[in-house]
Amino acid sequence: MFSVGLDQYLILSALLFCIGLFGVLTQRNVIKIIMCLEIMLNAVNISLIAFSRYVTPVTLTGQIFAIFVMVVAAAEVAVGIAIIFAIYRERESVDIENFDILKW
Amino acid sequence: MPTQVPWLIFLLPFIAFLFISLVLRPFLNKRPRLGGYVTIGAVGISCALSLWVLGAVISAPGHILLIDDIEWAVIGNLNIHIGVLVDALTAVMVVVVTFVSLMVQVYSQGYMKGDPGYLRYYAFMSLFTACMLGLVLANNILFMFIFWEGVGLGSYLLIGFWFHKASAANAAKKAFIVTRLGDFGFLAAILILYAQTGTFDTETLYKLVAAGTLAGTTLTWVAIGIFSGAAGKSAQFPLHVWLPDAMEGPTPVSALIHAATMVAAGVFLVARFYPLFEHSSEALATVAIIGAFTAIFAASMGLVMHDIKRVLAYSTISQLGYMMLGLGVGGVAIGIFHLFTHAFFKALLFLGSGSVNHGTGTFDMRLMGGLRKAMPWTYITFLIGSLSLAGIWPLAGFWSKDEILVAAFGNNPVLFGLAMVTVFMTAFYMFRAVFLTFHGEYRGGAQPEHAGHSDSHSQGPHESPGVMLIPLVILAVLAVCAGWINVTGFFSQLMGHGEAEGAGFLTGFFGVLAHPLPLISLIVAILGIFLAYAMYCARWVSAEKIGSAFKPVYIMLSRKYWLDELYENVIVKTILYNGIFKVMAMFDSSVIDGTVNGAARGTAAAGAALRKLQTGQTQLYAISIAIGAVAIAVCVYLFS
Repeated sequence: MFSVGLDQYLILSALLFCIGLFGVLTQRNVIKIIMCLEIMLNAVNISLIAFSRYVTPVTLTGQIFAIFVMVVAAAEVAVGIAIIFAIYRERESVDIENFDILKW
Repeated sequence: MPTQVPWLIFLLPFIAFLFISLVLRPFLNKRPRLGGYVTIGAVGISCALSLWVLGAVISAPGHILLIDDIEWAVIGNLNIHIGVLVDALTAVMVVVVTFVSLMVQVYSQGYMKGDPGYLRYYAFMSLFTACMLGLVLANNILFMFIFWEGVGLGSYLLIGFWFHKASAANAAKKAFIVTRLGDFGFLAAILILYAQTGTFDTETLYKLVAAGTLAGTTLTWVAIGIFSGAAGKSAQFPLHVWLPDAMEGPTPVSALIHAATMVAAGVFLVARFYPLFEHSSEALATVAIIGAFTAIFAASMGLVMHDIKRVLAYSTISQLGYMMLGLGVGGVAIGIFHLFTHAFFKALLFLGSGSVNHGTGTFDMRLMGGLRKAMPWTYITFLIGSLSLAGIWPLAGFWSKDEILVAAFGNNPVLFGLAMVTVFMTAFYMFRAVFLTFHGEYRGGAQPEHAGHSDSHSQGPHESPGVMLIPLVILAVLAVCAGWINVTGFFSQLMGHGEAEGAGFLTGFFGVLAHPLPLISLIVAILGIFLAYAMYCARWVSAEKIGSAFKPVYIMLSRKYWLDELYENVIVKTILYNGIFKVMAMFDSSVIDGTVNGAARGTAAAGAALRKLQTGQTQLYAISIAIGAVAIAVCVYLFS
């Protein structure tokens, strides 16, 4: 029999987080990096909700926190995309290797 | 006697100083003579109180009167008291200081008349006197040191009184710095004393020394440290160089410095801590040897000086050497007795030279001569002072000087020999000054460029006003009589706290001449006077011929053994300025500055190297964060 418990949710969350991290570290396209970043955030959301459900089922702290994360993520994506647009207009590129003005 | 009296002796001149500087000078600058009256009034009352104290001390058992103590400051375990100690030594000193100061200040009214700094002069005089009185009265070594430095400050201000003259300003600096060199030893002695005994109190120190708690090498070093301070203030070799230059101050200041305050401070200090010296034969021997050497060394330079004040200055150094010798070979009574008599005749001689300067406008004896007709009062008083200094029976100098000679004879024949030669020299140079100044023909007085004290000397030399002559006459009387108080051994007994202390050769007013030593010294002194007469008055022997016959000696003496040059060129310029100070400057610019600049440069270099890490590649940062997070996780897993 295959039962779904806290462990399975955490494994899923960890897998998603690693996929997201891999994408963030390896992709060159800034849009893709932002998408991978969203995957990482959602991986965290899964673990938050799983903990909330299995560890403290009465209070809803984890759920509330997850909603906060979504709100912040939405705002972050909006700002992030705006910055990418601005840089794209300047440099005609979305390759992260060209986004290196802020160095020594 | 109320206990406030000793405090008042010190406080009155100090209040006079504050009153002149805070009230008279800002608000009543138009009427400067008030300052003189305030100071003279304060010192006069102090003098009267001092005599009262002396009377009370004489009648007190053991000649110790009171030790009045007030807690002044408590710093942790350090409990500092302020208080007065009145014993025979203090009582005699306060009388000498207040009396000579009073005479000098009365005299100054005439001498300083019309000087734009008249009020300032009296303010400084009050401060100087107050500090000296504080030093004499203080019952602990810490307060003695404070007033000791106060005396140094007072002398600095007064020697540099005419500070617009470069020579006066330099002389003031020289006096201050040279005496500071000696004070270094004094301060070290105080610190050693405190570290060893934990007390500053004079009486407690006496007891510790008497009990043998404080003894051996420590005691010797403490005593030598105290003596080094005394040598600075009392102008003992090799720190004597400031005193002749101190002539740059107004002449009454010289009188005060030489007779009662500054230079007496050193002798007083040794006398005050005599119990410490007594228990260390090395320290006593040092005092005696330096004293005897200074006596003859300074007297030899006095032989050839042309400036009358410089002759007197070297005479003072020489007499201070006598006092130190007296302390070293005899005891408190002998040294202080000479200080006591010397105060009167030296003040008299200086005030007399000031009077001569007032009449002729110069201090150069080559420009004087024949003044005995124009200035009879000055002549007679100066002559009495010279006879007293030369040690002619029965004047004051005879009694005190011969006591030192007798004590030296009993102690060490070499020291006695030096002292005896000095007697001859003293008589010779003093009468050289007398004959050059007052006998022969008048040689013209001040040249226009020499005129220091611009007064009405256009009509030739003239006698000084009465306000200047009265102190001279009073001091002349004392220069004759002051020695008689020890004819019966009274002074020795007073200083010895009831027991006679001293050489004990005194057998009455005339009987003293039955003793061989006083007779010999008297003959030697008369020979000195006779030689001076032969060379400078009768001119049987030409002084110039003798000078050229002994030319190297003459040059050596008139150049003061090249000590000024040695100090200035060799020690200050070569060793200090080009040697030690250069090394220190190099240390400062290379090591200290190098450390600071090196720290800045190192930080900049580290920054330049480290900022290469910031590549601008976001993913590089992200991977660093990831690796860091993994590393932390691994560490937590491994070590918990």
